[in-house]
Amino acid sequence: MALTAPIVDADKTAERVRARIESGGRDPKDIGFRWLMFGTLLFSLLVLSVLIYDVVGDSWSILSERFMDFLARPSRSRPDEAGVFTGLRGTFWIGVFVIVLSFPIGIGAAIYLEEYASGGWFTRLIDVNIRNLAGVPSVVYGILGFTIFVGFFNQRFSDANAFGKVTAAGGLTLAVLSLPIVIITSAEAIRAVPQSLREAGYGVGATKWEVVRNHVLPYAAPGILTGTLLSLARALGEAAPLILVGAIRGKLGSDAGFFDLRQLGEQFTAMPIMITEYASKPGEDWVPVTAAAIVILLLVVLGFNAAAVLLRNRFESKREGK
Amino acid sequence: MTAPVLDQNLLAGNPKRRNKEKTVGAIFTVAAGLSLVVSLLIVGSLVFKAGSFLGDLINPPEDALAETRDGMISLSNLWSEQWAPRFMQFDIKTLLVASIIVTIVAMAVAGPIGLGAAIYLSEYASPRVRRILKPVLEVLAGIPSVVLGFFALRWIGPNVVANMFESAGNQSLLAAGLGVGLLTIPLVASISEDAMRSVPNALREASAGLGARKFTTSTKIVLPAAVSGLVAAFIVATSRAIGETMVVFLAAGGSGNSAQFTLSPLDRGATMTAAMASQASGTDGTIVETAFNSLFFVGAVLFVITLTLNVIADRFVRRVRQQY
Amino acid sequence: MTEVRHMSVDETSTEDLVAEDSSVIMDVSDVSVYYGSFRAVRDVHMPVRQHEITAMIGPSGCGKSTLLRSLNRMNDLIEGARVEGMITYQGIDLYGPRVDPVEVRRRIGMVFQKPNPFPKSIEENITFGPRIAGIPKSEFPELVERSLRSAALWDEVKDRLNDSALGLSGGQQQRLCIARAIATKPDILLMDEPCSALDPIATGRIEDLMQELKSDYTIVIVTHNMQQAARVSDRCAFFTTEVDSVSDRRTGQLVEYDRTEKIFSNPADERTENYVTGRFG
Ligand SMILES: Nc1ncnc2c1ncn2[C@@H]1O[C@H](COP(=O)(O)OP(=O)(O)OP(=O)(O)O)[C@@H](O)[C@H]1O
Ligand SMILES: [Mg+2]
Repeated sequence: MALTAPIVDADKTAERVRARIESGGRDPKDIGFRWLMFGTLLFSLLVLSVLIYDVVGDSWSILSERFMDFLARPSRSRPDEAGVFTGLRGTFWIGVFVIVLSFPIGIGAAIYLEEYASGGWFTRLIDVNIRNLAGVPSVVYGILGFTIFVGFFNQRFSDANAFGKVTAAGGLTLAVLSLPIVIITSAEAIRAVPQSLREAGYGVGATKWEVVRNHVLPYAAPGILTGTLLSLARALGEAAPLILVGAIRGKLGSDAGFFDLRQLGEQFTAMPIMITEYASKPGEDWVPVTAAAIVILLLVVLGFNAAAVLLRNRFESKREGK
Repeated sequence: MTAPVLDQNLLAGNPKRRNKEKTVGAIFTVAAGLSLVVSLLIVGSLVFKAGSFLGDLINPPEDALAETRDGMISLSNLWSEQWAPRFMQFDIKTLLVASIIVTIVAMAVAGPIGLGAAIYLSEYASPRVRRILKPVLEVLAGIPSVVLGFFALRWIGPNVVANMFESAGNQSLLAAGLGVGLLTIPLVASISEDAMRSVPNALREASAGLGARKFTTSTKIVLPAAVSGLVAAFIVATSRAIGETMVVFLAAGGSGNSAQFTLSPLDRGATMTAAMASQASGTDGTIVETAFNSLFFVGAVLFVITLTLNVIADRFVRRVRQQY
Repeated sequence: MTEVRHMSVDETSTEDLVAEDSSVIMDVSDVSVYYGSFRAVRDVHMPVRQHEITAMIGPSGCGKSTLLRSLNRMNDLIEGARVEGMITYQGIDLYGPRVDPVEVRRRIGMVFQKPNPFPKSIEENITFGPRIAGIPKSEFPELVERSLRSAALWDEVKDRLNDSALGLSGGQQQRLCIARAIATKPDILLMDEPCSALDPIATGRIEDLMQELKSDYTIVIVTHNMQQAARVSDRCAFFTTEVDSVSDRRTGQLVEYDRTEKIFSNPADERTENYVTGRFG
């Protein structure tokens, strides 16, 4: 008796649990709650749809009638002549700065934190510092950009009329802004590399750098790429720091071509700044122009985002499949 | 006692490889150290310029005095009736209150919606459904704030706020707050979801084993267990909302050159961030330096506030890590 | 009688053991290993002889892996891990100032509990060690074949050297890891429960392989499997844990180290006897 009683009990409990699990979705209170929670996601989806519908709808007249023309024209004072050429050019160069500076430095710092750091005070200081930097509002990075970079370029290596408010200053500012995010996401990807892989490398007499270069980085590459693409996308959408760095709203004093290096030392604008410019203009005529500029920025930014997410999903399922 | 020594240098290794190792290590250390330089530069520029602004208030230069009506400038100009740098009126509470209003509105939107989305994703969604729905939040997170600013200006302002409140115009703190709220939903959702997913399954199973509904398990077991992470999510989002610039700059309608003190979300207004952006984008080259430098003072206040919030949030995040 | 038994691990008798034969390639004397302030294993004396298989057995947590990993300075990679006492390899203090741990690990290779091939081709798994050690590429084809033959894997993989190593079975992967360790021409192979993730057939093959490798290498193996220790090893070290009177934490210690037949047929210490006869552990 003493033996059988608990067994019967366990059976009953198991049954109850199973019944509970299976009927989980059928309980009215449960269903209500579930749909309420689902509703919040639905709301986000709805907002996104309205936003995209609204913007695409507003921009349609321009995108359908003069898409290429719109890409090729700079800022103008008449809506039917305005385009986004100067903004795209600035955004392109900003992207170059982020990729060339913030990616290698950020990944290097992440390697330091995950592989080389000894756990001493220096490491802890850097760790805390990076997490705090990631939380600094973007507009504050603009202050750094204005005092340091604009101050540096003023009367130096740049067009004298630009007073240091040049593409290079904007690019450096956004490279600095994206640095902490690049570090944090890369460090996460490196942390996910199994320890056994490192041990395998050290076990055959590899130095730390040999292990990192040959085994850790290749394994972490998809994760690092995902993180860096996301931070690039974020940087390209930033407007506030560029306003402080003195991006121009209106006609530029620069006539450099799209890939012309001269642009680095000249006045600049960028896609988000052009959007701000067009959005602040009075009159309904500017709405399609603004919306079209937004569609183009979204194509760029969400394009990078989508690439990052697809990349991650692909490698996740590939690794799981193994 | 042991075998005879064959070669003392047997294990000395390759000096070239060792040097390379050292060099590479040093490069990475410098890369990490650069982040310290960034912090120093941020703090340095804020302290230097904000300091010179405060110095000007205590010891006003001639050109600044010339802009005032009564020819007087003192620290009390930081607490007057309005924010109007051009006239040496630097009432910081005008900006602070506007920032707080926008943040409260934003969190009223992002808090419940972000949390709800997190609960659904963490507790209800099957892996497949999660994979389909999670990108919705990721796309929303990827939308640049200037785009949401335009949306708040063009759509939320006229279609939502002005429709609901007769006294509100197309631009208002409320419209900006709603826009900022949309912007922070993904942030709240992703940190909250992480917190809830780090609650061990054993707790859920134990709860289900006692015959609890999923609803009960979610609200009575998982949420309390994840509370540190949820608090962290809320604080991080608050910090982000206070620091958000473009939505407010476009949709709140405050002119940086003068903003009146207001407690009403239906009014136009300038937050700290919007005031900084307007100040910096002023095309007016004749503005005196003292007025321009107010931007850095506001920046310093903003920096201190967000840093404090982030440090507090970090504490809570760490508590989550320690628990499980 | 009991007193003599306990003497078997202290210094005088170790010296006797060493004197018995001068082929000691690695000597562990008076070694304690710490993780931070926690002493995981203490006061180990364990001379390892050339061309022998030395097995380390004992209950879980007694510090076998810890000691093994300190034999090729793998523990350097763990923050706070620290070795006290003296470990010499060919008479050189392994933890001496002029010793490069990277070189140590090349000469004293390691095979891990779970097969951990690089997620690369079979060939690249073998050639990685030699490549970073600066061995010319022209020697690789021969080296690959020799290493894989030594690990009794050549016939199974010779037609797919460029395939991913992750496509091999668990047993094949572990033999690949052995081949990879051999490719850098080490003197000593350290193996930490190399068969615990394998089925009996794969285990048998690895055990056979160890017997073959003995003529060229010295092997130190950690195992939980008493039969395995009895089957393959020449010498056997039995560890156990004791509660530290000071820290109140379990610290591993060497109970008895002797020829394997002795340990399994006529152990000097009662605790060893209880363990090998299955009365404890
Ligand atoms: N990295 C580490 N940091 C701190 N303590 C550790 C670490 N690795 C092991 N230990 C501790 O050291 C002791 C010895 O561990 P070790 O892994 O060497 O035991 P073992 O004999 O190999 O056990 P098993 O047979 O289970 O593999 C244990 O108490 C363990 O908790
Ligand atoms: Mg072990």
